[in-house]
Amino acid sequence: MSTDSPGLADLAPRDLTWHPPALTPDYRSSRARAPGHKLLSLPPSGSTLCGPVFGHDLLGPHDHDLIVNYAAPGETAIGPRILVHGRVIDEDARPVPGALVEVWQANAGGRYRHRNDTYLAPIDPNFGGCGRVISDADGRYEFRTIKPAPYPWPNGVNFWRPAHIHISVFGHAFAQRLITQMYFEGDPLIRLCPIVQAIPDPTAVDTLIAPLDMEATLPHDMMAYRFDIVLRGRASTMFENRMEGN
Amino acid sequence: MAKLKETPSQTAGPYVHIGLAPAAAGFDIFDTTLGPDPATPDAAGEHITVEGVVWDGNGDPVTDVLIEVWQADAEGRYHTSPSNSFRGWGRVVSDFDSGAWTFDTIKPGAAPGEGAPHIAFWIVARGINLGLNTRAYFDDEAAANAGDPVLTAMPDDRRQTLIATRSERDGKPVYRFDIRLQGPGETVFFDV
Repeated sequence: MSTDSPGLADLAPRDLTWHPPALTPDYRSSRARAPGHKLLSLPPSGSTLCGPVFGHDLLGPHDHDLIVNYAAPGETAIGPRILVHGRVIDEDARPVPGALVEVWQANAGGRYRHRNDTYLAPIDPNFGGCGRVISDADGRYEFRTIKPAPYPWPNGVNFWRPAHIHISVFGHAFAQRLITQMYFEGDPLIRLCPIVQAIPDPTAVDTLIAPLDMEATLPHDMMAYRFDIVLRGRASTMFENRMEGN
Repeated sequence: MAKLKETPSQTAGPYVHIGLAPAAAGFDIFDTTLGPDPATPDAAGEHITVEGVVWDGNGDPVTDVLIEVWQADAEGRYHTSPSNSFRGWGRVVSDFDSGAWTFDTIKPGAAPGEGAPHIAFWIVARGINLGLNTRAYFDDEAAANAGDPVLTAMPDDRRQTLIATRSERDGKPVYRFDIRLQGPGETVFFDV
């Protein structure tokens, strides 16, 4: 295959038992949207082992700062100020530099800035609720935001989403494409949420719960949460030298 | 060293647009927008429109879907670096009422080792726990399709779900590619 830059040499198969299955009836929206057939295995090829590269010049200086990136001059978003940071790495713990991390979330009242969200809590005029950042050479990323609130959702009579931040990650290969949600340590709604509990393995759920990171907290300014993101890694380490540099 | 596990997927939810297509959510925030189209009107090759609807198992349109596509250029070459006229990657959302989505691009050529010309799709929405991968092939590439190892490995009725159908509108080629998540005519989805 012909590309204008090398993609990954290979990718390990995805462990589908680690991800939520398509059909999780307690999460009602999955009932009519889950494919009935098993996924057809399509070994990674050149085209899915590469993907578009997003350069740092794409981003504005405040794209990663949700506290100010939609606020009027001199204003800031309402809510507990937090820093969310971590690394994008692969399954072999290698850093993934240049990964595009895009986030979106509800505001401190649990309301989304979206034309389809009609929840009672008010819109914050100074909060858009989205941001984006590109990981550095060591895979590190961070964004500043306010802690979102839980909110009710129409999965039945009385369902509440735990506070969460949606995270979309673009690594180096189209086959690594991933969307997930980050939760906050200590939230009692996590164990009650059918979306979270769609993940079969409790140890997998644990990886989505960001712990408070006191060391990264900025005194008198903002608390910090740590969230590392693991993308699919290489299938083999047999040819370390040849496969390095991805 | 023991391998780490991939971060588990969670649904993109109904408000994916806020993060990935804020204009659709109803606001303007960033100086640069990602998507929608994989190619601009300046790109070399045959300009085409690809459109369709994603249908759920009840026969209702999925009106909150977000789709990303990835394709080769007219010469069968994938562009990982940005280009002014051709990126090969696009991001589109459906109309919130009808579920109709559409994008403009150029028809991809056959890439060496990649089988018949096709566009890769990645589909996320509320109710989809792990992004769905599929491919759109072209019905006017019958010979190439007949030799494609992916298409020929599946039964006829399933293969047909991956074939976009060509028509003309105002002199411009339009390919229709409906995606069915569940039930009769369910689209083939891949573990890539």
